[in-house]
Amino acid sequence: MSARALGQPASLRVLSNGFLAFWCLVAAFPIFWITVMSFKSPVDAFDDNPLNVIFGPATRAAGNGLSILDIALGLGLICATILYSMRRLPKAVRTYGAGRSMALAWIVAVLLVAVVFLVLFFVVLPWVTGLLNPVLGPLGRDVLGATTEHYQTVWVDRGFSNNFKNSMIVTAGVVSVSLTFGTLAGYGLARSGSVLAFWILIIALVFRALPHSVLVAGYLPVFINSAEWLAPILGENAPTLYGKPFAVIAVLVAINQPFTIWMLRSFFANIPADLDEAARVDGCSHFKAFRLVIMPVMWPGVITTGLFSFLLAYNDFLVTSLLLDASNQTMVPAIAGMFNRETTTTDQVVAVAAAVSITAPLFVLVMVFQRQIVSGLTAGAVKG
Amino acid sequence: MKFKTFAAFVGPSVLMMLLFIAFPLVKVFWQSFNVTQPVYETVEVEKCTPGFLTQICTTEFQTIPQLDDNGDVVTRTTYVGLQSYRNVLEMERFWTAAKAWSWSGIMTIDFWKALRFTLMFTLVTLPLVVGVGLLIALAINNAAAAIRGPVIFVSLLPFIITPVIGALSINWLFRGDGILTALLEHWLDRDLALFAQAWTIELMMMFYRVWHVAPFAAIIFYAGLQTVNQDSLESAIIDGATRWQRLRLIIVPHLMPLIIFVAIIHLMDTYRVFEEIVGFRSQGYVISLQWLTYDFLTPDQAGNRSISRASASAMLTMIGIAVLLVPLLKRTWRDHRGTS
Repeated sequence: MSARALGQPASLRVLSNGFLAFWCLVAAFPIFWITVMSFKSPVDAFDDNPLNVIFGPATRAAGNGLSILDIALGLGLICATILYSMRRLPKAVRTYGAGRSMALAWIVAVLLVAVVFLVLFFVVLPWVTGLLNPVLGPLGRDVLGATTEHYQTVWVDRGFSNNFKNSMIVTAGVVSVSLTFGTLAGYGLARSGSVLAFWILIIALVFRALPHSVLVAGYLPVFINSAEWLAPILGENAPTLYGKPFAVIAVLVAINQPFTIWMLRSFFANIPADLDEAARVDGCSHFKAFRLVIMPVMWPGVITTGLFSFLLAYNDFLVTSLLLDASNQTMVPAIAGMFNRETTTTDQVVAVAAAVSITAPLFVLVMVFQRQIVSGLTAGAVKG
Repeated sequence: MKFKTFAAFVGPSVLMMLLFIAFPLVKVFWQSFNVTQPVYETVEVEKCTPGFLTQICTTEFQTIPQLDDNGDVVTRTTYVGLQSYRNVLEMERFWTAAKAWSWSGIMTIDFWKALRFTLMFTLVTLPLVVGVGLLIALAINNAAAAIRGPVIFVSLLPFIITPVIGALSINWLFRGDGILTALLEHWLDRDLALFAQAWTIELMMMFYRVWHVAPFAAIIFYAGLQTVNQDSLESAIIDGATRWQRLRLIIVPHLMPLIIFVAIIHLMDTYRVFEEIVGFRSQGYVISLQWLTYDFLTPDQAGNRSISRASASAMLTMIGIAVLLVPLLKRTWRDHRGTS
């Protein structure tokens, strides 16, 4: 009976699916649109006719266009790469990486695929289409204006690669340090039922709610004058912490710590305590039990938490913009700076290209780790 | 677990939090009562300009910062009591404006302007996020299993995008004759300037925030929907409950703990609203409490940062957080007492 009774009238289904389609449009549209804009000349990008923005007549007129053949081949290549990485790559990694470190094998495999894709896409493809386009007539005529000049401006002329490098240093540092400290603390807190553990968690919850600007207000004077007060300890070459990536890493790790320990604690609480107790009975110390018994099974939780640490460090604007000077600037403040400079539309499109560049890795991240992100979100909620 | 082992496990993390969260808090508290300023001295300067026959010389008094042996500016820290708080709150102007019943007068004071926006932003987006999140979750739950994965993927995009960049991407749709402004102008058949007054900017910011957070709520509610008791749903059908009654009386109560969770996280996060101000470049019209602190901390044209005023405004922001947290902490405390 339940199947029929729970069945819904057609109108409700249409309404529900229609709403879902509308939501997907709203969710994806801004990101899709800035991606389209970033490939157009400024005239097209800020045109008020949407069709002009998509097809880019001015960009095409300037000689930057894609023919149907270009589009077909390009899309084919992208689809082939995605299919290959989904279907064949895991198998290949398992075959060739057998016996060695799996993480290393994955890194090598991903780099390899990325390099091959880039070479095919940016070197071989233009060469092939360059030969075929004049021959094919209407198929080879430009229909879609697209140019990568803004990406070149951003990455080469504006030194965005330097910002990218700084972002990578900061995020890598934050993720590795906060996971190291976080797993230890999370395990300790999950296995200890003491009042002290409870209070640490409560205080961490309070810290989670603090506005970051409050903390930065505390660091700034200390960091700027650090050479002075570190001198008695470190002597002559005491560093000025202001502007140093490692100082920002420390700050972001600390800011992230409350969230990390709460999340990892809930993951560790789900690993049965019998497991490490058995190891203890066999004569392991707590650390040995942690290393030999818990570490092999904790990776799903650690990866999920690591993703959120990554997001925090990668997305941060406030801390990095206040604590780093111009030479060590990370991507987000750099883009905000580009956008805020009173500007021509060309500069705006350059900023759009930078914004798309910073979003692309996140897009890949969601694609690869969708399940982990969802489980991380719900794990936090279930534990309250 | 012995205390020593526990300390070894938890130590590094706790040390980190003490050093970089607890210590700055104490420091900010102290800074808000003290002002560090360069020491100025008045020196007599004789200025001479070439003139005919003799130079024309004038002596004048100049105030210049005192330098120490290394050529650095000497600073002195003085206890100023509540002066920094007074500078931020500007109570005199506030009362004058309040006595004249002038709302716009109050809104010319940065702190009150920021407080008004922060509170309104928080309170308006909260029901929207919960409502939209619930709708999306129900729609996903209702959809065919095959399309759920892709839909969740698309839904995660606004949540995962860098907040400043997300705000910027919405901004670019509206800025100048952006694509959506053009569309609105076409519908309404009139010229629109969405960045010329505060309320339209606020609307766009709220739209951005709901767009950004609703997926988070949706995914949590969707997970909750999977555990709804099917038996009680079936018995409700047998008892003749309509769809709406089932939603209101069975599903929503089942999701209530999750709704409270999302609401609390959302309150904490929107109270810290900041990225929108940067992304929409709205500081001329709309500012938030955290942006106010940020602004005090950024060096002005002379390169000075008003640290003590920033500290005072930070401490004032914290009062709001404390008000928000007390009920939450009370609940956690009760749960803890209940379980142990």
